[in-house]
Amino acid sequence: MDLTLSPSEAAFRDELRAWLAENHPGADPPGDDEAFEHRREWQRKLFEAGYAGFSWPKEYGGRGATMVEQALFGEEMARAKAPSPVNVLGMVMGGPVVITHGTDDQKERWLRPILTGEEIWCQGFSEPESGSDLASLKTKAVKSNGEWIVTGQKVWTTYAHRAKWCMLVARTDQDVPKHQGLTYFIMDMEQEEVQVRPLHQITKEPEFNELFIEEARIPDENVVGGVGNGWAVAITTLMNERAGLGAAAAAGVKMALDELKLLAQERGADEDPVIRQRLAQLTIEVELLRLNSWRGLTQIMKRGVPGPEGSLPKWQWGEINQALTELAVDILGEEGAYWDSPWTYRLLRSRANSIEGGTTEILKNIIAERVLGLPKLR
Amino acid sequence: MNFDFSDDQQAIKRTAKDLLADRFKLDHVRELAEAGTYDDDAWKELCELGWPGIFIDEQYGGQGLGIVELVILMEELGYALAPVPFLSNAAAGLLIQSAGSEEQKQRWLPGLASGELSGAAGLLRGEEAKLVPDGDAADVIALCGPEGVRVVERSAAEVEPVTTMDATRRFARVRANGAGEALPGEPGPGVGAGLLAVSAELTGVAQRAMEMAIEYARDRKQFGRPIGAYQAVSHRCAQMLLETEGARSATYYGAWTADAQPEQLELAASMAKAYASDAGWRVCSSSLQVHGGIGFTWEHDLHFFLKRAKVDALLWGSASEHRERVAGLSEVGEAAAV
Repeated sequence: MDLTLSPSEAAFRDELRAWLAENHPGADPPGDDEAFEHRREWQRKLFEAGYAGFSWPKEYGGRGATMVEQALFGEEMARAKAPSPVNVLGMVMGGPVVITHGTDDQKERWLRPILTGEEIWCQGFSEPESGSDLASLKTKAVKSNGEWIVTGQKVWTTYAHRAKWCMLVARTDQDVPKHQGLTYFIMDMEQEEVQVRPLHQITKEPEFNELFIEEARIPDENVVGGVGNGWAVAITTLMNERAGLGAAAAAGVKMALDELKLLAQERGADEDPVIRQRLAQLTIEVELLRLNSWRGLTQIMKRGVPGPEGSLPKWQWGEINQALTELAVDILGEEGAYWDSPWTYRLLRSRANSIEGGTTEILKNIIAERVLGLPKLR
Repeated sequence: MNFDFSDDQQAIKRTAKDLLADRFKLDHVRELAEAGTYDDDAWKELCELGWPGIFIDEQYGGQGLGIVELVILMEELGYALAPVPFLSNAAAGLLIQSAGSEEQKQRWLPGLASGELSGAAGLLRGEEAKLVPDGDAADVIALCGPEGVRVVERSAAEVEPVTTMDATRRFARVRANGAGEALPGEPGPGVGAGLLAVSAELTGVAQRAMEMAIEYARDRKQFGRPIGAYQAVSHRCAQMLLETEGARSATYYGAWTADAQPEQLELAASMAKAYASDAGWRVCSSSLQVHGGIGFTWEHDLHFFLKRAKVDALLWGSASEHRERVAGLSEVGEAAAV
C-alpha cells in the first residue's frame, strides 16, 4: 500500500499544474454564445498542449494516459476550477466508442475534429418514455436504399443546438427482445429533419435540449459496431465514463467544501455545534469519496477493466453535493432564498446529480445485482 | 499510487481469515458469549503465532510490522466476532509503545507481545474510565486522559466489572485513584492506532452483517420471490455496501498514515472512528431489518454482531465526539495527502 505518487506520477501532476497556472482560461463570460466560444477556445488550447483526449491511445491523437494520470488530470482540472472543454461528450463517450467499435474510415473521419473541438458531439440516448429503462427506447431507424431513415424523439441532449454529430441509439428491429434490436448511429445534426428545442431546467437555464427527428437520414457507413449491437456499444462507454470520474468528482466537491467552510466562518456558523457536526460529516464523506475512488482505481489497474463498482462514487458524489448545498443554504438563512445567490443556484442544480448519468436507484440496482449478486427484479 | 495490500499483507489476511473461521464457528462464539468466557486455548494459539506482538518493535519482542497489519488482523477478528482479548491488549501496547519511556517499554512490551502479560486501555472521563475492555482481567491498564497516559496495575486500581450488551467481550469501570505511573511521551500515535483498530473491527463486523443480509435476501422467499429481488430490500443491501466500503477505505487509509504519514494520523483516525461507528451500527441494524422477525430472536446470531457494533461505536469516543475532533482538525483548504 502506497498512497503517495510515484516520481513519474508526481512529475506529471506538477507539469500539469504548472501548465494550468499559465493557461487557465478563467470563468465563462456571460452569454451563451460567448461562453460556448470561450470553451471551444479552451478545448483548442488543451488540444495543442496534448491534453485533449488524454486517455485516448496515441495513434488516435491522445496521450495513452494511465488510469492514475487520468484521475490526476481530473483532480487538477477540478482543483483549478477549469471549465469543462466544449466537446466533453465527444471525448469521453463518442471518441472511445469509435476507437473501440469503429472502422478505420470512421476513425479517420471523426476522431481528430472531436479533439480539436471543430465538430461538437451530442448524445441521443434518453427519450421522453425511456429514461432509466433505456433499452425500451422507441426512436426507429428503417433501412431504405442503402441509408437509414430515422424518426423519433430524444431528450436531455446537451449542446444539441451546437452539435455536428449525435450519438444516436435507435431501434432497428422490432421483433427481437428489446436489448437486441438496437443500433448505434452517428447522425449528422445539420439536416432539416432534426429539430432542436431548448429544455429549460429548474434553474431556468436551457442546459439541455429536446430533439424532434422526422425522417432524418443516416448513411449506412455511420453505423458503429454493427446493426443490432447498439446496447453493447452504448454500455461500454457508460462504464468507461464512470470509471475515472470518482477522483475528479472528489476534487470538485472538495473545492465546494472549502467554499462552504469559508461561508460558515464568514457567517460565524462554524461555532455552532450542529453545523460543526454537519461540516465534519461532509469533510469525512468528501475524503471517503476520494479514498474509495483511488481504491477502485487500484482494482481496475490490477484487473484491467472497469467493473460495476464504479457505480458507488457516482452515487456518493450526488448525495454529497446535495447535502453540501443544503447546508450552505441553511447557513445563509433568509438570504438562501434569494434567486441570485450562487448557493441557491447550486442547491437547485444539484437536484439533478442523483438523476443525470444514471439515477441513484438504477445505480443501487446495478450494485445489488452485479456486485452483491442479489436476484434480479425482472 | 497503490491502494491495496502487498502480497505479504494479503497472505496475513487470508491466513487470519481461515484460522479464525475454523476456531470461531458461530456456535462456539455463542457458547462462549452465553457463558461469559473467552476461548483461552485459541488465545494461546494466537499468542504462539505472534499476533499480539504484530505491531510491537522487534527489540521489544514483537514482529515489528505496522498498523496496516494490525488493522488486517482486527478486521478479521471483527468478522469472526472472536471472543479473545486481542483489542484490549493491543491498545495497551500501542499506548506504551507510543508514550512509554525506554525503561517502561522494556518492562511491559515483551510481555504484551508474547501474551504472558495482559493489557487493557480506557478513556478517562474525569477520574474514571467507564468502558475498559478486559479491564477486569488485564495485568496492566493504560488510562488515557487530557493529561496523557497513566499505566496502573489492576491490583492497584479500583476495578468494577460491568455487564454490557456485548456478551462476547468483558468490560470494567476503572479508577486509578493516583496509583500507577505516568507515561512521559506523546500518546497521539498510540491513540490514533487504537482508534483504527476499533474501526477495523467495526468494518469486519459490518462486512459479516452485510453478508448475512445478502445470503438471507437470496434465500428467503415471500410473495413467491426471493426478498432480495425487491428494491426495498436490495437497495438496503446496496447502502450496506456503500457504508462498509467507506469504513474500510477510511480505516486502511488511516492505518497507512500511521505507518507512512504520521502527521495525518490524528485526523484520519477520527474520521475513521466517526464513520465506522455509524456504519457498523447502521449496517447491522439494516441487516436485522432484512432478516425480519428471525433477526430479532436470540437464536439467530446477528444480534451478537449488532451489539458488538454498538459497543464499539461507544468505545473510546462516539461518532459525534470524533466528528467534533474532525471539525477542529480540518481547516479550510487543508491539503489532501496525495
